[in-house]
Amino acid sequence: MNDSNFKGYKGRAKEVLQALGGRVWANVILKTNEGDFDGVILPRSETADGDHIVLKLKSGYNIGVRADRVREIKETSFKEAIYKIPEKEFPFSEDKPNVTLLGTGGTIASRLDYRTGAVIPAFTPGELYGAVPELADICNLETLKLFGVFSENMGPEQWITLAEEIGRQIAKGVKGIVIGHGTDTMHHTAAVLSYMVQNSPVPIVMVGSQRSSDRPSSDAAFNLRCAAYTAGHSDIAEVMVCMFGPTSDKYNLLHRGTRVRKMHSSYRSTFRTIGDVPIATVTPEVVTPIKTDYKRRRDDKDVTVKAVFDEKVSIVYYYPNMRPDIIESLIDNDYHGIIIAGTGLGHVNKPLYPALKKAHDKGIAVFMTVQTLWGYVQMYVYDTGRDMMELGVIPAANMLPEAAYVKLGWVLGQTRDPGKVKEMMLTPVAGEITEREPFDGYLILQGGIPEVEDFLSQRYR
Amino acid sequence: MKELEIDIDDKSFFESRGFKCGLEIHQQIDTERKLFCHCPVGLTNRRHDAEILRHMRPTLSELGEYDGTALMEFKTKKEVIYRLYRDRTCTYEMDDTPPFLVNQDAVDLAMRVALHFNCRIVDELHVVRKQYLDGSIPTGFQRTMIIGIDGWVPYKGRKIRISQLNLEEDSCREVSDIGHQIIFATDRLSIPLIEVITDADMKNPDEAAEVCRLLGNSMKAAGFVRRGIGTVRQDVNVSVTGGDRVEIKGVYKVGNIKRLTATEAVRQIGLLDLKKMFTGRFTSPEAVSYKEENITSLFSGTANTIGCRLESDQPLKVVALYAPNLRDMINTPLQPGRDFGFELSGRVRVIACIDTKPNLFFLSQKERYDIPDSLWDTITRSLPCETNDDIILVCGPSADVATAINEIKIRIGELADGVINETRQDIKDGSTDFERILPGPDRMYPDTDHPPVKITEERVTKNRDSIQEQLWVKQERWRKLGLHEEQVAALSLSKFLDLFERLAADRAVNPKKAAHYCADVMVGLRRKNVHLEYADAKKLYTLLHRALVEDWPYAHIKAALIALSQSGGTPDDHYGTSDFDTLWKKAENGFATAKTNGSPDKFRRYITGQILREYPDRTADVLEKITARLSE
Repeated sequence: MNDSNFKGYKGRAKEVLQALGGRVWANVILKTNEGDFDGVILPRSETADGDHIVLKLKSGYNIGVRADRVREIKETSFKEAIYKIPEKEFPFSEDKPNVTLLGTGGTIASRLDYRTGAVIPAFTPGELYGAVPELADICNLETLKLFGVFSENMGPEQWITLAEEIGRQIAKGVKGIVIGHGTDTMHHTAAVLSYMVQNSPVPIVMVGSQRSSDRPSSDAAFNLRCAAYTAGHSDIAEVMVCMFGPTSDKYNLLHRGTRVRKMHSSYRSTFRTIGDVPIATVTPEVVTPIKTDYKRRRDDKDVTVKAVFDEKVSIVYYYPNMRPDIIESLIDNDYHGIIIAGTGLGHVNKPLYPALKKAHDKGIAVFMTVQTLWGYVQMYVYDTGRDMMELGVIPAANMLPEAAYVKLGWVLGQTRDPGKVKEMMLTPVAGEITEREPFDGYLILQGGIPEVEDFLSQRYR
Repeated sequence: MKELEIDIDDKSFFESRGFKCGLEIHQQIDTERKLFCHCPVGLTNRRHDAEILRHMRPTLSELGEYDGTALMEFKTKKEVIYRLYRDRTCTYEMDDTPPFLVNQDAVDLAMRVALHFNCRIVDELHVVRKQYLDGSIPTGFQRTMIIGIDGWVPYKGRKIRISQLNLEEDSCREVSDIGHQIIFATDRLSIPLIEVITDADMKNPDEAAEVCRLLGNSMKAAGFVRRGIGTVRQDVNVSVTGGDRVEIKGVYKVGNIKRLTATEAVRQIGLLDLKKMFTGRFTSPEAVSYKEENITSLFSGTANTIGCRLESDQPLKVVALYAPNLRDMINTPLQPGRDFGFELSGRVRVIACIDTKPNLFFLSQKERYDIPDSLWDTITRSLPCETNDDIILVCGPSADVATAINEIKIRIGELADGVINETRQDIKDGSTDFERILPGPDRMYPDTDHPPVKITEERVTKNRDSIQEQLWVKQERWRKLGLHEEQVAALSLSKFLDLFERLAADRAVNPKKAAHYCADVMVGLRRKNVHLEYADAKKLYTLLHRALVEDWPYAHIKAALIALSQSGGTPDDHYGTSDFDTLWKKAENGFATAKTNGSPDKFRRYITGQILREYPDRTADVLEKITARLSE
């Protein structure tokens, strides 16, 4: 018997399975002194203890049986789980735009194996058509799986591959690109693609889901339909994030890639545009612009791809009593750039000054952003700010810390010349710095206030 | 329609047809907080603070096909509205936050109930998701786990098996379900619930009702559970030989079970007869040659029911479906006052969302409607009918009419299968209506959001030690003391059960008389605002003990009891300020469950009545307190 027969099992539970001839996926009668259990042995989660055997009973419920109780295991049948989604051919129609879906690893659509509880991702057009048949009403779909990594494991290598593939797809003449992505770092990828892929003639739409697609309440299908519609039909040729507007199933928002941020660990409507308003709202049938100053779709294929990234960049989230050794360790480890997320208008404490000066003297680019997320860095207001600028810390206007971090990596990938770096960092490429903050760019409705409660009781969230 | 008479007392009839019944009793247990979040337990009658809108989408199941139930619910494409309450729900109920770790108090309580019913406790709890696409749970699934298996309760010298005892979260309360929109209140959502599942061991309708009562009363007597309207609901599974398991869902009154199960058995027997007729007439469901005709123009401008509906804002369509050689089958009674046509109507209501009654118009029952014969004549001119043909009119939005016509054909075709494995709802007149196709075990899958919970032997032992003597053991003892069945039943529900046990422990006390006072007299006095459950327990015992030993006359004992209840001090001795709050909350919940949409005035009257009932004297003070609270 090989190890796949004991998937996830360890310790006593594995010993008992081995000794009594039990294996994963087998339908068994588990005999114990207290009585018998009839069910299928399931794989065990790697993180669970080594004392229990997991059984799926005939009623569909799972239980764990203490391995020490088990006297005998009688296999009655065996049926391995099938990890495959039946495909249906994705229909092609002349009058629909061609859209390419690039996969990075997050599951956009999936199917559940009820027998095991395993979630099997659906990705090829055929699989996706089976899961979200409405897509065929929107576009002709092609899919390309670039890699399979979780959102938190996305990094420069993946960003570069992605940007280059986008370039190839545009050269091929697709009408729009959808990128399936885990939500945790979607805003990092959205920002970096905004710099790496410039002057795109078509929409580049990032999409994911906050409730996985194996649940009936999932937002995945709606997000995917909205994203496909945006990619195929909208005239917004920018890198965007397309996710739920309200938590209700009403419409999605199209956020500019450099101004968007995941703002709640679990809400559906977690993505918000910070310091500005979203570009548009979208449903699977229509895009309704909110802003007018977006880049328009074009018929040419003239895209500029600058897929470079210097990995020696860090982001430092300042806290009171931070010690200079934090900065010094970055210097000692030969970092090329630092983004500070400072307090208030962009401040850190005095003990950090010598370290910051040392960094500057060593040619390390240091930029200041604000941990308040909303608002501009303003280092002229207080002495602290002025002192820091003298040390070479450069205010990065209203760039979001994450947008500044990936931009610095991208800039340093092109030049290490301090003057050039400063110039490139402060010249907006894709709305990462805006000249004006509109009055409704900062709106966090405060719950509990009568007028807000009134608003909420009148409208779906 | 022919009259259908059912003798629900005819046990041998039901047994001869292989009647089998299993029960699923859902009972809320008494915890302070909900099962997977930290919201307080309790219903509310306040106006909601906000609403959200969602849709449910079937997920792909094993074969890559949508699961039967799932598909059916998706066909209905409902907008689901959830009402949120600041003091009862958090983002967990909105499905915008993953579950917190399971409420351990609930696990202990559930474990005690399981031990009470002689179950084996599982070594490790695994939270699983049971999919529901009707919208009653915003996640689209119910989180549930097995606590115990293989239990039993004694009944008439045999064991009724309890296959499983589960701990799960309660679903939302349905507020309304009209057309394509269904509204739910989320206050009830995620209240800890235990589900006691018996095997199909009940052999006639009487047994079904009696066992249900035994299980329910046992839990109440043991004090594990929340009391009040809506805190217990039972699902009843019925089948007969040749039939299939049909689940009657959400039966609120145990008293209805006997009639409902009897009626369901008769309905299944009727469907089996129809199966013979249908298969004798048609080689397959496809062999029925239906015809359809759009007859909207015939009705526009007319003054009858259909004509009036066409006047609504929405453009509606009227289609006539010609159903050949089916007239007698459509008119076959299956339940008292309800024929096969009613089954068609139920399916159309649920699947096509055409729910204004009547939602189907049968030529064979034309006297029921205000459609003039001349119109019917026009219809039958283009769709000529033989004696046993029927015509069914459907009126609704175009897409829904198409769904409806299709669904009628599907349901008629299913006659070839006899009984369909489905869920039905108790429509409170002793009969049931279609709710949905029964979900199978294949819609369960592990909840990856929650780790397994190990149950130690010490924990099981501790819970085992804290359970009381089981009700059926008590009842057996009472019977031996000479109590008759009604007294046993009344005592099982009485709040003075423990007092009776103390009294009956003394051989000098006549147990029948003690039971009379504990089960009837003092319970009856409650209705006269004499509340002995709040009297000094020691004094009450001394009084009754002496009275029974000395054999006082009834009138004396009654007078002494009333005197005791009044000398028991003021209500505030029974209730501190916080207890007034408890009472208030209880009354509020009671109101919420009883009347979801009561007016403020009704609420005032209800709550005043409820609270005053608990305060037989000092009413002026209490009234003042109530008035102050109401004006808050």
